[in-house]
Amino acid sequence: MLRDLTIGQYYPAESVIHRLDPRTKFLGTIIFIVALFLFKTFWGFLLAGSFVICVIALAKLPPKYILKGMRPILFLLLFMMIFNLLLTPGEVIGEWWIFSVTKEGIYAALFMGLRLIMLVMGSSIMTYTTTPNKLTSGMESVFGFLKVFKVPVHELAMMVSIALRFIPILLEETNKIMKAQQARGADFETGGPIKRAKALIPILVPLFVSSFRRAGELAEAMEARCYHGGEGRTKMKPLKYGRRDLVAYLVLIGLVVGCFFIP
Amino acid sequence: MSLILDKINYYYGKGTSFETKALKNISLTIPDGEFIGLIGHTGSGKSTLIQHMNGLIKADEGSIYFNGRDIYDKDFKMTELRRKVGLVFQYPEHQLFEATVIKDVLFGPSNMGFTKLEAEVAAYGALKSVGISDDLIDASPFELSGGQKRRVAIAGVLACSPEILILDEPTAGLDPAGRTEILRLLKNIHEEKGITVILVSHSMEDVAEYAERLIVIDDGEIKFDDEPRVVFSHAEDLRKMGLEIPQCTELMGRLADLGLNVDRNCLTVDEAVKSIMGTVL
Repeated sequence: MLRDLTIGQYYPAESVIHRLDPRTKFLGTIIFIVALFLFKTFWGFLLAGSFVICVIALAKLPPKYILKGMRPILFLLLFMMIFNLLLTPGEVIGEWWIFSVTKEGIYAALFMGLRLIMLVMGSSIMTYTTTPNKLTSGMESVFGFLKVFKVPVHELAMMVSIALRFIPILLEETNKIMKAQQARGADFETGGPIKRAKALIPILVPLFVSSFRRAGELAEAMEARCYHGGEGRTKMKPLKYGRRDLVAYLVLIGLVVGCFFIP
Repeated sequence: MSLILDKINYYYGKGTSFETKALKNISLTIPDGEFIGLIGHTGSGKSTLIQHMNGLIKADEGSIYFNGRDIYDKDFKMTELRRKVGLVFQYPEHQLFEATVIKDVLFGPSNMGFTKLEAEVAAYGALKSVGISDDLIDASPFELSGGQKRRVAIAGVLACSPEILILDEPTAGLDPAGRTEILRLLKNIHEEKGITVILVSHSMEDVAEYAERLIVIDDGEIKFDDEPRVVFSHAEDLRKMGLEIPQCTELMGRLADLGLNVDRNCLTVDEAVKSIMGTVL
């Protein structure tokens, strides 16, 4: 049951998008999201939609995998669409009880829905095609300028990559502890909310204890290898822009220019 | 009174492209009162197999009968099975969570519907039989040494008064003294209470001395199910599965190959010494 978390998980494949520099993908995602909010018309959404579909095809991601990742936002999506549909003032085309559906409402709901779907798809393409390690090293480089303002960029990036690295380990640990307590007769499935919350204690306490133990062990191992933070630290695989990144940036510029030319 | 596994099949990631068969047509009978060693290399399916035995994993095909009743029947009570088939996981000390040792051991029996008094008697008895002294029962389990923690965790399962006790690598990560201590303790529990013990391990040394029956599992299949001596006579086959026969059996085999008149089927150092002395003197 804990294994169904696909959102944000890396999907290994051999593709141009996978090989792009993580900085390109990160900045590209930001540009795409900004562009999404600049589009106001049907043609704009068509452009953005075909861009997303092209990128998914280029990245060789199975559509089923993408759709599965959308499931968690389904509720939010419906919620937003219904509110937009019913509460936008304008030219009324249908009425029911205290609600009225307007022409503007239909457009607003449709555009809002499409925008949200593409926003989530766009950003999950980045996480699907970039390993967590590359992603954090890309972010470290993109936000590198913040070092001037004494923001510990490297340390934050390291924390993020360690946290990501530990997610599968902790999930496995949780599974193991649950089974061990079930073997001692623990019951997580029946009873009211209070009983169920109480039933979590035998899982959470060992999980916390083992997280601290792991953290301590990791810190010791890092110190043993003379880790001392980002100062003067070099990379085994430094990030390097290639020609494909140039092409990607040109496409993105095309997308932004498109925003201003589409009516 | 027995546990029977009939043609069990289990798949990992069923329905996905990663689907692999983890258990292949496993049939086993576990009668009362045996001391069984379950041996297999890492990833051979031994942990998956034992989780079938108390219903934590449901087989995709095949049936399991506990004391003559199908455990996959709708009206079969899983809590009853979990009580009677105690499962101690690898590194069981990682499951301790209560404020005191006795409270942690009480967790199992209280869940299993024991009355307060019954549970306390069972918990206290279990702590006694794993050799935890009285002055430790109100200590925090997190203050104990590694070996003590593990014994408390074993007591936590033992307190549910199981008929079958399954232990997954109970000696992993312990020093030789701690290892011997745990194994002796299991032997005592087996002899005094008549509990069936299934000891899961990848180390032949661990099980050679204690088990009456050895089940060797490789790649999800049972390869051998016999007396230790018989199993160890297939040293070549075992090696192909990444398993080693006990060192002294290996040594005696080599001595016999050199033409010495010794028993090549010795399992323990004591037996080996006796056999060599008998030849030399």
